[in-house]
Amino acid sequence: MADKVFYAMYDDDDVLKDGAKKLVSKGVKVTEVFSPFPIHGIDPIIGIKNTRLGIMAFIYGLTGLTLATIGMRYFMIEDWPMNVGGKPNFSYLDNILAFIPITFEFTVLCAAHGMAITYFLRNKTLPGMPAQNPDPRTTDDRFVMELRVSENSKFSAEELEKMIKETGIVELDQKSL
Amino acid sequence: MEFKISNKAKTVTLALIVIGAVFMGIGIAFNMGHGEHFGTRFLVGALSNAFFYFSIGLGALFFLALQYATETGWYATVKRVIEAVAGFLPYGIGLMVLILVVISIMDGAHIYTWMDPEVVAHDEMIQEKSAYLNMIFFWIRTVAYMAIYYIFWNGFKKRSLEEDRVGGTDIHFKNYKKGALFLVFFSVFSSTSSWDWIMSIDVHWFSTLFGWYTFAGMWVSTMVVLVLLVLYLKKLGYLEKVNDSHIHDLGKWTFATSFLWSYLWFSQFMLIWYANIPEEVTYYINRIENFKVLYFTMFIINFAFPMLILMSRDAKRNAGILTFVGLIILSGHWVDAYIMFAGGSLGALAEIGCLEIGMALLLGGAFIRIILMNLSKAPLMPVNHPFLDESLHHEI
Repeated sequence: MADKVFYAMYDDDDVLKDGAKKLVSKGVKVTEVFSPFPIHGIDPIIGIKNTRLGIMAFIYGLTGLTLATIGMRYFMIEDWPMNVGGKPNFSYLDNILAFIPITFEFTVLCAAHGMAITYFLRNKTLPGMPAQNPDPRTTDDRFVMELRVSENSKFSAEELEKMIKETGIVELDQKSL
Repeated sequence: MEFKISNKAKTVTLALIVIGAVFMGIGIAFNMGHGEHFGTRFLVGALSNAFFYFSIGLGALFFLALQYATETGWYATVKRVIEAVAGFLPYGIGLMVLILVVISIMDGAHIYTWMDPEVVAHDEMIQEKSAYLNMIFFWIRTVAYMAIYYIFWNGFKKRSLEEDRVGGTDIHFKNYKKGALFLVFFSVFSSTSSWDWIMSIDVHWFSTLFGWYTFAGMWVSTMVVLVLLVLYLKKLGYLEKVNDSHIHDLGKWTFATSFLWSYLWFSQFMLIWYANIPEEVTYYINRIENFKVLYFTMFIINFAFPMLILMSRDAKRNAGILTFVGLIILSGHWVDAYIMFAGGSLGALAEIGCLEIGMALLLGGAFIRIILMNLSKAPLMPVNHPFLDESLHHEI
């Protein structure tokens, strides 16, 4: 089925926020908002759930911790025991203090890189990927709200357009998919 | 909105003071017979408890100055809570000075052995340090710390109440300057005062990290007290403008500062363990021989509990979890403060018995009561803070 997308442009984030509130209260589903900076409090209005990136960070961190422990145990205890500073060198547990800084560093490394890569993948913004925002001006001083007709089956395209126009927009763009 | 101390709070704090006094009485009655050793034990208990509560008040003053110096906005709605905790400072100063005077009169009372002329006469290492560690200079420094802390606290308090009446931004900029100035003083004093009061107990030993370690312990205890106090006031229906985001921020501070403390504790421990130089390891050998279980349990609960439990966003917004973790951290840092003082002075003779717990309860009751009294002396919400509007709309 052919879908129609509306791009409503605003020149003020507060106007956009009020507009979104008004539309959502009428039962309209706002798909996405594009803005040059984070707009405080827009997430709950358009019904965006809290990010789960933190959970992934924890999992990446645990991965790093495990890898570092396994790696160092193999390098320093099993494969080639070394006598560093006269410490007992045939047991991981007795030397654990010496291994903690590296474990910590590797945990942070894995968590940070994993998070960054996940973030880019999830947002489809890996280097070289096509830009997602509908209008380059949303990286400057304009704010765009995206609505899809297919997600608002309660309303016809004309009704939707009329409602959007009442919210103080400066420009309205449409696209058929 | 004015805060009134509820009858329940009055009863509970009074009960804490009475139970503490009874415990102390039992402790004194059972240990009196130990003569000189008892005097040392009593003073170590008093000093470590006084320092623990004093440091929470001082931590609150530092935190307030930090907010002023960084022109922070979010904290405006909980500013009076921070000020109330900082308001314990004059009492804490009085208590610390009183105990230090008693110890000085008793030639160090086996706590500060460098105060005892007989010990110094036979100890070349202390003689080498005596340019810094001598009674006169010690008291010059102690008086200087206390006077400067008090002057800054008094100024912040006065200007905060004046701001409510006058408004405008003049007071804000004055606070900004004074806050930055306080941080300059505090950055030096937090280190040197912990050398004077705590590190000099283990007089042959030194660690350049020690000041930060003490300071981090102070900071995390302060953050816990702030969280608990805000949650308590919220529960009673005060501070209705404080939302989940403010509590989340305080929870983050608790989380972050307990990491800071763990990091510094571990850095000090690991470097000394690794280098294994006799004059450095004595500090830990003493603690491992005399407080093995307590010392490492204390580290694990102060590190692992906040890390594992407070890591998620939801936990930092949950009053029950915050209270639970907060009380555990607080008791952990109380043990930390005790071992700091008792390790070098009492060593094998140290024990946490009725006496020490009684003192903790007695002073704890008085501490809570004084903070609540401070809260009732000023309106709970500042009216003319320039960032109040930002704080009211705080959302993270």
